[in-house]
Amino acid sequence: MRPLTADRRYPQHAARAPQAEAVAQAAHPRPPQPHVRRDPAPTRMAYRMQRLWLTPFFRVCVRVGLPAFVLSFGTLLWLSDDARRAALLAQVDSVREAVESRPEFRVSVLQVTGASPALDSAIRKLLALNLPISSFDIDLEGARSRIGQLDAVAQVEMQVMSGGILEVRVVEREPRLIWRQGDELDLLDETGRRVARVLTRADRPDLPVITGEGANLATAEALEIMDAAEPVVDRVRGLVRVSDRRWDLVLDRDQRILLPAHDPVRALERLLALDKAEDLLNRDILSVDLRNPHRSTLRLAPNALRELRRAQGIETVENAL
Amino acid sequence: MTDLYQSQRAMRNMRRAAMQRGVVAILDIGSSKIACLVLRFDGPERRRDSDGVGSMAGQSQFRIIGAATTRSRGVSFGEIHVMTETERAIRTAVQAAQKMANVRVDHVIACFSGAEPRSYGLAGDIELADSVVTEQDVARVLAACDMPDIGQAREVLHAQPVNFALDHRSGLGDPRGQIGNRLACDMHLLSVEASVVQNLFYCIKRCDLELAGIASSAYVSGISSLVEDEQELGAACIDMGGGATGISIFIKKHMIYADSVRMGGDHITADIAKGLHIPMNVAERIKTKHGGVHATSKDDRDMIEIGGDSGDWEKDRRQVSRTELIGIMRPRVEEILEEARARLDAAGFDHLPSQQIVLTGGGSQLMGLDGLATRILGQRVRLGRPLRIQGLPQAVTGPAFSSAVGLCLFATHPQDEWWDFDIPTEKYPARSLRRAIKWFRDNW
Repeated sequence: MRPLTADRRYPQHAARAPQAEAVAQAAHPRPPQPHVRRDPAPTRMAYRMQRLWLTPFFRVCVRVGLPAFVLSFGTLLWLSDDARRAALLAQVDSVREAVESRPEFRVSVLQVTGASPALDSAIRKLLALNLPISSFDIDLEGARSRIGQLDAVAQVEMQVMSGGILEVRVVEREPRLIWRQGDELDLLDETGRRVARVLTRADRPDLPVITGEGANLATAEALEIMDAAEPVVDRVRGLVRVSDRRWDLVLDRDQRILLPAHDPVRALERLLALDKAEDLLNRDILSVDLRNPHRSTLRLAPNALRELRRAQGIETVENAL
Repeated sequence: MTDLYQSQRAMRNMRRAAMQRGVVAILDIGSSKIACLVLRFDGPERRRDSDGVGSMAGQSQFRIIGAATTRSRGVSFGEIHVMTETERAIRTAVQAAQKMANVRVDHVIACFSGAEPRSYGLAGDIELADSVVTEQDVARVLAACDMPDIGQAREVLHAQPVNFALDHRSGLGDPRGQIGNRLACDMHLLSVEASVVQNLFYCIKRCDLELAGIASSAYVSGISSLVEDEQELGAACIDMGGGATGISIFIKKHMIYADSVRMGGDHITADIAKGLHIPMNVAERIKTKHGGVHATSKDDRDMIEIGGDSGDWEKDRRQVSRTELIGIMRPRVEEILEEARARLDAAGFDHLPSQQIVLTGGGSQLMGLDGLATRILGQRVRLGRPLRIQGLPQAVTGPAFSSAVGLCLFATHPQDEWWDFDIPTEKYPARSLRRAIKWFRDNW
């Protein structure tokens, strides 16, 4: 045990003093005191800053508003120089060019499906693409509307397929009638829309001819009449629209069947039934007038009329008038 | 008086605003520590479909989201002595609590233990104008209480209606809507020194905070540490703080008396420091680690190194037995308790039906205190700690925090005070619109 004696406070010999001090220091090494802030309280400024930082509005401003402001302001500042702006645009353009001219985006074949050869060439001429071309340079929507303006085209779809193929899928209008206007012959579809022009009637002998004022506006009725006239179709020469109101069915030998404006198909069916029973149309008559449903009227040819009267014993005087 | 009335009303409005905003801070300014709790209100209690006591007695509507404690500086006897030091300590506590809660707090409800509180019991009665008691009648009867002479430079801290009587029926909690002729009320008024309150105002204002309420710490620690039946049947709470010991007496869930003994744990520490010639911080450590009030024979052999940093070998290696330490501490503890006993006797605590005494506060953690207190204060003594609050950090659940926790309860469920009622019409200044309306009502 250690005796309960105190350490000497002062060294005995001055010469040994440093040594003793060193010994004393070695015996009781004082740990280096770290710098401690005696006051744990925050300074007024720190306190205020912390409270400010805990304010939600301020927080949002600093976290979102400040970076956004710095970014936008810096960008605007950088862009305010003309040369830099031009350089930036040029760079953007060059990158765009590089991407667009890649082979993946190149269109080299134009494929038209569902079109007749004439329409095919018309579409190709209309599009006037000098292939190969980048698919970014093709205005698909514009081209589609331009093709749609062709009379012969009912419906068109365009698509850039893989492998650099521009496919144009066309549904053609189907001609159902020939419309004669003077010397011009036009093909019409069932809605009366013009499809194409034909040079002679003989080009499309399968289609009936219509003519007259406003004939193209009543094509649906004309087609119905033509369907109804199927028993005498080999004799039909065409339909004439009279006064944009009603139809005349013209047969060969210049026979005319004057159809009423209202319900012409029914009237024609009645006449054809009569024809089937009485063989009416093969007789020597010029026209059958069905305009009045209660009273159909026949117009006989002059010889036939004379024969009829003679058979009835009626004498007529013919003169030059 | 009207000035105080207005300022208390302003504080009450500020408390409402803070609760609406959802965050309020609780500041317990003690002589040994300053505690700051940050409360967040979750709005009105959910699933409260019926009237009456809700789940957790309504305590579930707030949560403690930040708590911080710092050693108090510049506060002695529960009063602010050095403004700047106290301001710094408050800043430290508030900043740490804000950091933990991660919200900014603008409103503060504070309590303090000093300022020589004095209790007055007031009584007043009025004849009712019509037989049904209205809120206006309650205001009138409160205004009818005669104001005692509370002395120069003193202010009213609490003025709570404690009891209402209607004709011969007494003990009414809420007389509104009842029928009778004569309404009487008893009011408990607690006055404190005005300068202490002003210092507190100033300190909190210097910290950029708004004071949304003040309370006596004796009162709020009673709220938190007394259980329901003790509050109902009569009990005293002795909050043994660092610089002051607060005493509050409760009956029928109302505080009827509060006082404060200007002695506390710091005095015990000072006694040890003086008696053993050691610094205060060492004395504090020895007190908390080895302190006690009952010496046994084993304590003679229990030697405590009291140390020192003087460089004097002999002084630095002193030892004292625990008996000696207890011999220093015990007289002071006895003195505090006897003083408290005297205050309780003066208040007429003997006449209460139940005479439960609850010791709380940091000083009540002293080993063997309950035994000593039993001999001085009577048989029915227990040690209390704060109750009825959720989400407290473990560090602040001890008895030293009973006033902070009680302040939370006070903040959320304040007792009706005098200034919560409207000014009676008669007291309004002439030409007031309300007075004109009343004249019309009475005469037409």
